[in-house]
Amino acid sequence: MRIAVCVKQIPDPATPYELDPDSHYVVRPNDQVLDDTDRYGVEVALQLAEATEGSVTLVSMSPSGNLQGIRQALAMGADKAVIVDDESLRGSDSLTTAKVLAGAIQREGFDLVIAGTESTDGYTGVVPQQVAELLDVPSLSFAKKVELAEDGAVRIERQTAAGYDVVQSAVPVLVTVTSGVVEPRYPTFKGIMQAKSKPVDTLGCGDVGVSPTTTQTIQAVEPVPAREAGEIVEDDGEGYAKIVAMLEQVKVI
Amino acid sequence: MPFTEEHEHFRRVVREFVDKEINPHVDAWEAAGMMPLHDIFRSMAELGMLGLEYDPEYGGQGADHLFTVVLAEEFGRADHGALGMALGVQVDMATPSLHQFGTPELKAEYLTPAMRGDMVAAIAVTEPDAGSDVAAIRTRAERDGDEWVINGSKMYITNAVQADWLCLLARTSDEPGYGGMSQIVVPTDAPGFEVSQKLEKLGMHASDTGLLTFTDCRVPLTNTIGHEGAGFQQQMAQFVVERMWANYSQVTGMERALRRTADYLRQRVVFGKPLLKNHYVQYKLAELAAEVDLLKHYNYACAEAYMAGQDTTRFATIAKIKAGRLGREVADWCLQFHGGIGYMEETWTTRYFRDTRLVSIGGGSDETMLQVLARLDGYFA
Repeated sequence: MRIAVCVKQIPDPATPYELDPDSHYVVRPNDQVLDDTDRYGVEVALQLAEATEGSVTLVSMSPSGNLQGIRQALAMGADKAVIVDDESLRGSDSLTTAKVLAGAIQREGFDLVIAGTESTDGYTGVVPQQVAELLDVPSLSFAKKVELAEDGAVRIERQTAAGYDVVQSAVPVLVTVTSGVVEPRYPTFKGIMQAKSKPVDTLGCGDVGVSPTTTQTIQAVEPVPAREAGEIVEDDGEGYAKIVAMLEQVKVI
Repeated sequence: MPFTEEHEHFRRVVREFVDKEINPHVDAWEAAGMMPLHDIFRSMAELGMLGLEYDPEYGGQGADHLFTVVLAEEFGRADHGALGMALGVQVDMATPSLHQFGTPELKAEYLTPAMRGDMVAAIAVTEPDAGSDVAAIRTRAERDGDEWVINGSKMYITNAVQADWLCLLARTSDEPGYGGMSQIVVPTDAPGFEVSQKLEKLGMHASDTGLLTFTDCRVPLTNTIGHEGAGFQQQMAQFVVERMWANYSQVTGMERALRRTADYLRQRVVFGKPLLKNHYVQYKLAELAAEVDLLKHYNYACAEAYMAGQDTTRFATIAKIKAGRLGREVADWCLQFHGGIGYMEETWTTRYFRDTRLVSIGGGSDETMLQVLARLDGYFA
């Protein structure tokens, strides 16, 4: 089974993000890390590839930097990576991103595409479905479990508010996985050392057949207003009544 | 320090491993006075964290020394000192001589399983009447046919209860002083071996430290590590890497302790303002952090010299004195700045205070280090 996993390199969430003063885009440092939520998708892909003697290709769109984030996923065991790094893609909206990813996936060939439900830095949460549409394959979303059915189809447990639905599709198909679908493996020492010698193809927009058009600009960025001081309710035995009155006043009960 | 992307990647993995697989269990292990070393070492071995610098033929990874630096540093950040110490014994205290001087057969039988996490190793040098004065050890191994017959006892032995084999230093001839000692691998299922007592300690509670006795304990002569009679010299070399491990791990422990203290003092309001607003507190923490930084870079100089094949005895000795003393100072100030809550068992400062105290004693006391240094630098008559 040929599996493509959408992954993203992001600035380390443990460090403060910096915005470019002119474009207001996040400044992408040379050192970026693998979006933590992507590790679940990579793990699912590795398990399915191991079960089917398949291959795992990472697909990403971002400034390459030193590829540190991509190598984190390669160290886990992915076979290769394709990264689309093109200056004209700076500030792309989700549809452009999806076109680029779909182009790269199509170029590689695939039976299954795996993605997280949303990225940790962008949070649009719509790119995987756009990719599925562009690839003209079904999308099975919010998988908390992924397995192969007897006939080679992909079967998932789709997380719902009440529990889960079992959903199945023949390949080719796209699946989005939630955090917690599996426990991602730690890269081994050997995996870390081998990651640098695994193939990483760096492509431009032309290679994936996309002509970027800027559809969004950020006009201004304002800091989140500071929270106002809360009101302390002294409990003289009737404190609960005061809280109920306050909640009624703001119309939440 | 020329840490590469691979070193930093390895650091992230070890840090996450410590956070997720070690720290959540520390309180239980401390209460039990024991850690499941076989399980821990096996899972670490699967990730290639054991035997970093050893020959892959014997379960090693063939890595450079900086990976050991990273491993020690990240285990130094753990919520207690006991596992870092037990790990240090496994990878850098009980096994270097075997790796360097052991026969292929001996390495295959003991080193390979230790690096796969199937066996736990311990280093047995100290005796009830011979601690830092290693030349005074009295445990003897006498030849009998093709076996050693060992009699004596070893004290304060880390991993004692769980160990599957020991790297034992024993007298094997009547030559006095430094001569006439040999290193011998003693499997703990050998007849005549006994863990006489599991010892209660001030700190390092999760570590199984013990008193070992050997009563006509028989092991094959082929269990001798390296040259018969060269045990003292081999052990001295093994002590150097042991001290380097301790020095690397202490630095990160101190860095973390100072950060945690600053975090607490930032939100602890006394007389209407956070304690960290006091210049006295700020300057003390900054000064301690600066000293820790000096030690860190001294350690890195030591690591570089080691990688260049130089004798690092002096580096390791100086850093060990500093790590022990500075660790005591840092632990004491962190506890002090926490005030009453810092003295409570529920606060991390108490365990850190207890665990850190060992560094000035174990692996060669401060006084022994100074004796070594005085000799090395010519300050003796």
